Amino acid sequence: MAKMVYEKSRGLTNTPLTYCPGCSHGTVHKLIAESLVELDVLEKSIAIAPVGCSVLAYEFFNCDAIQAAHGRAPAVATGIKRVEPNKIVFTYQGDGDLASIGTAEIIHAAHRGENFTVIFVNNAIYGMTGGQMAPTTLINQKTSTSPYGRQEATTGKPLLVSEMMAQIPSATYIERVSIHDIAHINKAKRAIKKAFEYQIKGKGFNMIEIIADCPVGWNMTPTQARQNIADAMIPYFPLGVYKDEGGGPQ
Amino acid sequence: MNKVIFDEAACKGCRLCIDVCPKKILALDTAKVNHKGYNPVTCIDMGPCTACAICARVCPDSVISVERG
Amino acid sequence: MKVLMKGNEALSEAAIQAGCTTFFGYPITPQNEIPEYMSAKMEPAGGVFIQAESEVAAINMVYGAAAAGARTMTTSSSPGMALKQEGISYLAGANLPCVIVNVARCGPGLGGILPAQSDYFQTTRGGGNGDYYTPVYAPSTVQECWDYVFKSFDIADKYRTPVMILIDGMLGQMMEPVETTVYPRLNVEKPWAINGNADKRPRNMLTSLSLYGEVLEAMNIERFKVYEEIVKNEVMVESTVKEGDTVAIVSYGAPSRIAVNAIDELKEEGINVGLIRPITLWPYPADIFQSLPKSVAHILVAELSMGQMVEDVRLAVNGKLPVHFYGRTGGVVFEPVEIANKVREILGKVIKPIEAKGITEVYNLRGGV
Repeated sequence: MAKMVYEKSRGLTNTPLTYCPGCSHGTVHKLIAESLVELDVLEKSIAIAPVGCSVLAYEFFNCDAIQAAHGRAPAVATGIKRVEPNKIVFTYQGDGDLASIGTAEIIHAAHRGENFTVIFVNNAIYGMTGGQMAPTTLINQKTSTSPYGRQEATTGKPLLVSEMMAQIPSATYIERVSIHDIAHINKAKRAIKKAFEYQIKGKGFNMIEIIADCPVGWNMTPTQARQNIADAMIPYFPLGVYKDEGGGPQ
Repeated sequence: MNKVIFDEAACKGCRLCIDVCPKKILALDTAKVNHKGYNPVTCIDMGPCTACAICARVCPDSVISVERG
Repeated sequence: MKVLMKGNEALSEAAIQAGCTTFFGYPITPQNEIPEYMSAKMEPAGGVFIQAESEVAAINMVYGAAAAGARTMTTSSSPGMALKQEGISYLAGANLPCVIVNVARCGPGLGGILPAQSDYFQTTRGGGNGDYYTPVYAPSTVQECWDYVFKSFDIADKYRTPVMILIDGMLGQMMEPVETTVYPRLNVEKPWAINGNADKRPRNMLTSLSLYGEVLEAMNIERFKVYEEIVKNEVMVESTVKEGDTVAIVSYGAPSRIAVNAIDELKEEGINVGLIRPITLWPYPADIFQSLPKSVAHILVAELSMGQMVEDVRLAVNGKLPVHFYGRTGGVVFEPVEIANKVREILGKVIKPIEAKGITEVYNLRGGV
């Protein structure tokens, strides 16, 4: 008797993803979708899509979904969650959206201890607009607006978002994970699932930062880009739990 | 017999699955071009497949389903 | 029974009575009484109050609450309203109902905290990016502040659009007796709401985005069909203009009450003047200008700006009559005699000497540039 070991999650719609070949967004989408299905909360979930490559995420998650203005997803999530406190609300944001234009909104959602989940995909670049420099772009990394490589003297050092968010007293759970290989994909899934479990239990604000890639923006093949996460990104963005005051999922 | 099923229309030929497959039994099917213009992935020899499903988990576009037979 | 209330308080309590369950604000003068009132009364009424981190965040919380199907409101004043424009454009683009109050102050920039009507363009022309309008109500009394909150929530739900209430700081701070009638609310189903009920219906999606020109064009055309309905059904205007009046003064909001005093002053001299008071600033009551009594030879627009609504009046009059303008700006409020003098000047009558406050010679404006 054949047994299905793996198939596409029903947490995703049948709409083909609009991402470039090998892009991490698809991988992260799957982990979210699988987590919502496994926790049996898909139908009561509400996704908030950002501006950026994942602007069309509302087409892909098979639950209620809304598109938010650039950086404002945590404010939109706040409005939704306060109206529907028993539903599962999550924002899906990139580094331009969350770490640049949306810093006020993300910090104050955490500051208020809003009980929702933030999936923060950090690939150190603005993908959608053509590969510009992000606050998380690595030193010497070439982008279309740092053509000679990011220079610390004029643009500072890459922003460490998880470390920053962990300092916010009302934030409950902050973890940084990666999806560059199967072991890390599995670990990322556990973190995402735990974040949703915390939300279900009403434990307050949680954010999972996912170190991701942008093969096109980085000018690499997908496999090279995944390797580059391990080689270049993780040394600067150390993986791990930065804050966990949720007592762990039972 | 284990089975790996591909949603060829959704494949973008990124090769991530090919590179992570421990048995190295996946390859792009250069004889085919899907409507997106990519050579879709295919399994060249199901024999060594252990249905580990790493290929499926890694695939960003949920192209791959795996059955253990 | 009448209750003595500030305009800002009337707006707040009326919102709660109209079924507003979520309020998102940010401190800015001269509207602070509204978030203060809401912080005290919203939670006991079972609702939500959040003092957001910015006006930008507040309007995006409104976007979320409206999307989830709640009656929701935010308030601010002019510079804060400028910050809200991004969110208002998204609300319009995603067809989401809400009520937004602007207790206007003078500008541009930080300007000052004194009353003004210089946000007319911002309020009636959409204000943000893209093809859209928002219905705008302009109450002139504290009672109307109360009444038009009910109306605004109903219109927002009925047409799935953000609705604006535009008053000035003078009316926000003014105390007057209010009949606190709780009007029956229009109950509109919101099957489109994203409230996490996808187990009972197909999943819902809300967005203002389409990457396909034809699709976005169709979305905009659908919205403009709704706007046509609003223009057809929802224009509100009050007029005292009658046969025998030589001048029609056009003025809105609290300053229209100063125009009434000017009209009374002129009547004693045998000069007959009527008042046209637009209550909806969008849709603009343009038709009334095409059916004025034959005796009306001049239109005078009086507003607390350098001349903004005057443009709508010129469009409505369409060259049939001379359109004159009298305005004060920077937070200066005109006195009845100033408006009366402008009428005297138009009619070639003797101007009453006045002790002008502030500047000694009022810049003679045609209104706008």
